[in-house]
Amino acid sequence: MFSSFMTNAWIVGTVVSLLAGATGFFVVMRGSSFAAHAIPNGAFAGAAGAALVGVTPLAGLITFAVVSSVGIGASRRHRGDVATALALVMMLALGAAFLSLSGAYEPQVEALLFGQILGVATTSIVPVVVIASLCALALAVMYRPLLFNAAAPDLAAVKGLNPQLLEMGFMLTLALGAALTVPVVGALLTFSLTVGPPAAARLVTRRPGSALVASMALSAITLWVSIAASYQSNLPVGFFVGTSSALVYVLARILTRWRGRRA
Amino acid sequence: MSGPATIVDVRGVDVELEGRRILTDVNFNVRAGEFAGLIGSNGAGKTTLLRMMLGLVQPARGEVVWPNNAREQRRVGYVPQKVALDVDVPLRVRDFVALGDDGHRYGLRRRTQQTWDRVQEVLDAVEASDLGERRIGALSGGELQRVLMAHALVSSPELLLLDEPLANLDPGATEDIVTLLARVREREHVAILLSAHDINALLGVMDRVIYIANAHVASGPTDEVVRHDVLSRLYGHHVDVVRVHGRVLVVTGATSEGPVPEHPDLVVE
Amino acid sequence: MHWLFEPGIWSNPAVRTGVGVGMVVAVVSALVGLFTVMRSQSFAGHALADVATAGGAGAGVFGFSPLAGFVVGSLAGASAMEAIGVERVRQRDVATGVVLGGATGLSALFLYLITLNTSNAGSTQSILFGSLFSVSNSSFLVITVVSVAVCLALAALGRPLLFASVSPDAARARGVAVRRVALGYTLLMAVTVGLSAVVIGSVLSTALLIGPPAAALRLGRRLGATLALAAALGVGAVGFGVVASYDSFYWWPSHRALPVSFCVVTLVVVEVVTANVVARVWARRGANARA
Repeated sequence: MFSSFMTNAWIVGTVVSLLAGATGFFVVMRGSSFAAHAIPNGAFAGAAGAALVGVTPLAGLITFAVVSSVGIGASRRHRGDVATALALVMMLALGAAFLSLSGAYEPQVEALLFGQILGVATTSIVPVVVIASLCALALAVMYRPLLFNAAAPDLAAVKGLNPQLLEMGFMLTLALGAALTVPVVGALLTFSLTVGPPAAARLVTRRPGSALVASMALSAITLWVSIAASYQSNLPVGFFVGTSSALVYVLARILTRWRGRRA
Repeated sequence: MSGPATIVDVRGVDVELEGRRILTDVNFNVRAGEFAGLIGSNGAGKTTLLRMMLGLVQPARGEVVWPNNAREQRRVGYVPQKVALDVDVPLRVRDFVALGDDGHRYGLRRRTQQTWDRVQEVLDAVEASDLGERRIGALSGGELQRVLMAHALVSSPELLLLDEPLANLDPGATEDIVTLLARVREREHVAILLSAHDINALLGVMDRVIYIANAHVASGPTDEVVRHDVLSRLYGHHVDVVRVHGRVLVVTGATSEGPVPEHPDLVVE
Repeated sequence: MHWLFEPGIWSNPAVRTGVGVGMVVAVVSALVGLFTVMRSQSFAGHALADVATAGGAGAGVFGFSPLAGFVVGSLAGASAMEAIGVERVRQRDVATGVVLGGATGLSALFLYLITLNTSNAGSTQSILFGSLFSVSNSSFLVITVVSVAVCLALAALGRPLLFASVSPDAARARGVAVRRVALGYTLLMAVTVGLSAVVIGSVLSTALLIGPPAAALRLGRRLGATLALAAALGVGAVGFGVVASYDSFYWWPSHRALPVSFCVVTLVVVEVVTANVVARVWARRGANARA
């Protein structure tokens, strides 16, 4: 499983899962799980569109993910969940239309939706690492304002924090991360790395710094296990990612309840 | 004009809520080190007025002036009545209080020992010294209130605004909070403006009262405002100010101005 | 009308059945979805659709009726979400996300197994985007009957549901069993979503659950009128969407039709955007009249 043609999967998988864990820490804290689910679908449409037009997939992924994230971020307050739902289905339908028009085969569709570990090209490693680093930097810069804005938005507003600016910045970071993760894990399962492991992490520790690190670690471990299992069993990696993320969360819930009873 | 500097000056402000005017021509100021009370019944517009002073709402008319820029320079602390806190959010009390100092700043600079010392200092000032390591979502109402105060005080503001800190408290707890606030004022050299609907709890510590009635405001030193002639003018009809055992009752809706029965404990002005 | 209805569209029985069942599902989705939008439960509504998909895919693997699979899956998902926690909003968000992740993972597995074991090409497409034109007459009947039952149940929940949706605290004070009403509503939503996912796929299921009601809410004032408008918009989107999809086959020389899902979703989005614009224009006109 550690042969040369799997190396790409391990490298890129580690990088995107660490980023997903970090981003997910804020996603869960801000209650943006729905947006985190919708944006990768935007990336899906972008990949399908790129295939139709003949452009490199990464460009399509990023463009559409960013556009959908901006749209969702802009409508956050005014029945935001409706806008998110519609953006989600629109992107999925658009992607379906692109795929239908370009005559894509079933396996290609499934790879985009549920992930494919062997689909990671060597040429994409450097761009992925660069973009992921940028996202990490953005998250570091926004760390305290995001914490503050999530915990007490009114107080943050009094201190002069612009909630719209913060929301946009975070949405863009989320979009870029999604664009990087979708090729590996698939559009429909990307978000589970940003929900399950981080939700688990914040149950087991009360310090924000530790929760962030734990979130990243759990996310990476989830993906490693999934890649290994997918390799061994030939079953799609998305299956393992989705179910392991849920499992991690359930285990954390059980652990805290057990701890709570003893305390 | 000598004496303590004016921190905030509210001039000719109209307060509107959802298109309805609820306060007209509000004028008052708060000076350094003062303890001021914004007294009015529920729905009178106290919260909206406070939010207007903080810049969260724009006044329909008039302006809020900060002579030495306290609000823009973040030297105004705010303790809201309620904060919707996620129970599971991974944030300790000391993290939350520290955010009162640097939560608005982008970038990642390590917090110094000085910052953490200051956090403990304000926690001590609000009598929450042992709460530092507790998860912020797991506090009782009273504990959370004190933590919110610490959060507002950590950056050494000139003025502390509190929205209905005494609501839903029994008299014993009310007295504790008022005493605590008086102590905080001394220790932290901060002016205090809080809103309440019962004037009595604050009589002992208030320097200045801003009294809301009949969609208008009367402000000034407590003794000069809580008088039957001033308040009658404010209410637009006759009111009696009754003092019983040192407590004040503003009695409205009198149907006649005839003599009030005599009683040794009852002092009618 | 020739430019709109290309030759032969109505002569095809599959199209007639498809449009018919699509409209039935659109109506019940719109009615139930109105409350989904009012209660801000769009995420849950969408998640149930995806969980239903897992059920449907699972049914495909094990050979059960897809209809049963979708509905059972949806109900199981609703139960799981309730079990994890729905009292606090954040917890509800996490619960929905986790259940959705797990269910989608299962979908991945089941769909893979289906493509492996059967020669069913395009099963992913049909499960995600529905098999509108392969609905049998018996399924049409079952779906219609269940839809009517859902509508009756919704009417029975009626005022308490409305009260609890708009103002839960006031409702509780008046003796409405808010928790029970919420549970009942979630189950109704699950069944509705399960039904529509069978017919039009999880993608469209969400679009018809959320879009037409959202548009109607922006425009309507009284509940009855809003419900009627939502249903009409849903039916219109499905009807014209099918027509557009059929026609699109002839639009390009390459003879590649636009999928029905795409046409319907686009129409739904257009409805919502238009409703928002119209509402804003009316508001401005109203403000000008007052001034």
